[in-house]
Amino acid sequence: MSFALRDAGCEVIYLGLRSTPTEMMTVALEEDVDVIGASILSGAHLPIASDLIAERSLHRLEHVPVVVGGIVPPRDVARLLEIGVDEVFPAGTAIADVVKRITALADNRQEGP
Amino acid sequence: MSETAQDPTTASGIPIARLYTAADLGDPADLDERIGAPGQPPFTRGPYAEMYRQRLWTMRQYAGYGSAEDTNRRFHYLLDQGQTALSVAFDLPTQLGLDSSAPAAKAEVGRVGVAIDTADDMAELFEGLPLGDLSVNFTINATAPIILAFYLVAAERQGADRSQLAGTLQNDILKEFVARKTFIFPPEPSMRLVGDVVEFCTSEVPRFNPISITGYHAREAGCNTVQELAFTMSDAIAYAELLVDRGLSFDAFAPRFSFHFATTLEIFEEVAKLRAARRLWAQVARDRFGATNPEAMRLRFFSGCSGATLTAQQPLNNVVRSTIQCLGAVLGGAQSIHVMGYDEAMAIPTDEAVTLALRTQQIVAHETGVADTVDPLAGSYFVEALTDELEARATELIGVIDGLGGAVAAIEAGVPQRWIAESAYRSEMAVANLTAVKVGVNAHVEEAEATELRLFELDEMARDRQLARLDRHLAGRDDVSDALAALSRAAMSGQNVMEPLIEAARRGATLGELSDVFRKAFGTHREPSLW
Repeated sequence: MSFALRDAGCEVIYLGLRSTPTEMMTVALEEDVDVIGASILSGAHLPIASDLIAERSLHRLEHVPVVVGGIVPPRDVARLLEIGVDEVFPAGTAIADVVKRITALADNRQEGP
Repeated sequence: MSETAQDPTTASGIPIARLYTAADLGDPADLDERIGAPGQPPFTRGPYAEMYRQRLWTMRQYAGYGSAEDTNRRFHYLLDQGQTALSVAFDLPTQLGLDSSAPAAKAEVGRVGVAIDTADDMAELFEGLPLGDLSVNFTINATAPIILAFYLVAAERQGADRSQLAGTLQNDILKEFVARKTFIFPPEPSMRLVGDVVEFCTSEVPRFNPISITGYHAREAGCNTVQELAFTMSDAIAYAELLVDRGLSFDAFAPRFSFHFATTLEIFEEVAKLRAARRLWAQVARDRFGATNPEAMRLRFFSGCSGATLTAQQPLNNVVRSTIQCLGAVLGGAQSIHVMGYDEAMAIPTDEAVTLALRTQQIVAHETGVADTVDPLAGSYFVEALTDELEARATELIGVIDGLGGAVAAIEAGVPQRWIAESAYRSEMAVANLTAVKVGVNAHVEEAEATELRLFELDEMARDRQLARLDRHLAGRDDVSDALAALSRAAMSGQNVMEPLIEAARRGATLGELSDVFRKAFGTHREPSLW
């Protein structure tokens, strides 16, 4: 995914595995990113997404979109959007589609406070 | 073989000719030596002379979720359905040395496998299942010594003697750094724990495979067959060197080395790979380690087929994919097989999907005749040519890894990790660019999916039940601090950790407490950013 986004001209800061929502938001704030993304393969996407959205508020980053990809059953896509995730990329989403939707979010990003 | 610019290639980039002939069998003078007889070095045709005529492969579906009680129910169900052995999937906290009550474990308890915090949980997992008669596989790595200790205590409580126990502990930490990623400690102390387990089992649990050297996860992460072969052999070499350096005899420990490969849908390349793997190991054993015991040269393997080939689109197509993969594993001479559930691109499998996966194995075993003769593809011009080609390419790559200082040094430098990422990206791009066809994904796509699957949904109360169970356990046990102190002394001094671990497990120490002893002694590993 990082390679594909880089090929599309994005700068990617990959935090590696097992990053906590707090660590992710800290880096997002420091680096002033346009989009925050998490890949979750364990099935824990619902509680982790809730934590991400809560941490995003704590870090006053509500203006930065959050996207989630991974092993996400179809039934959970709507649940993730309800939690406040901006885009969901379940297994099987074409890479080009992921790149297109992430870059669109980045282009439309609003300025922070 | 005559190659042309238009020749197709396998996913590993090996060009495939229009036609293979007797000329592709290589030098007739050493044909017998390369192919040989099954049950004899170099074991190209199989590890045993009789293969499935004497004994079918072990049908071993990987299973685990929720609490020990939940998974115990699925184990009984699978055995009732005709499964012949067990394979335990652990949740991430168990794999990462965290008790279910740890804050970092919160979202993950019981999710990708069963939550095991204590030897009591392990005993509960095998309630009503006679461990003296069953073979059990444990997909566990960083915490493998702890899980083994829990298992030995559970078996002891059933009255089963250590010497009777059969099964396999994955215990392959190198591929965790490369691909699977549930490491805890830095590479060096991690290797030492692997060595402690193998050393202990070689004398104390002699029917148990204390390690399963695994190319599967690197392959699933995106590497090709040549890399899968080379990583597996280089890792096996690193473990064997470690044990030989401890003064152990290769001929004594290597017969209990077990291996684990993927089998994807490219059936001829997979069969050739598995045949080449046996030949490569026989060479490594003889040439690098001076093996004289044929059993030490004999590669036995499990195949987990391939989850990465499954698609979320048109999921019933995965039944077909899994069937071909299972057939490939059998034609490659597997000792045990797991077939994926068709719904595993979306969730852990339902009972229905698991049953169909088991039925797939049973149909291949009993209705195709494939088990009736040994190594049926031997002598195929194509398969023998591919076997030779894969062996040659893997040997070259093993040489490259040797040149980097061996598997551990190469992994510390991030080299295999980068190779896998590059290879994975190439495969993804091949699907995106339509140079590789994936039915239902980039060809024969259905706009409205015909099948709405009922997917597994974890009982979210499983975590609460596990936490309550852990609380009761902690309240009911005696002080374990002296047992933890004894383990700490062993960890610091270099004494084998297994006996003090088993004693601490008997006394009721938790997985988190035992892991913390190791964390204090060894430190923890954080993956450097490689890209």
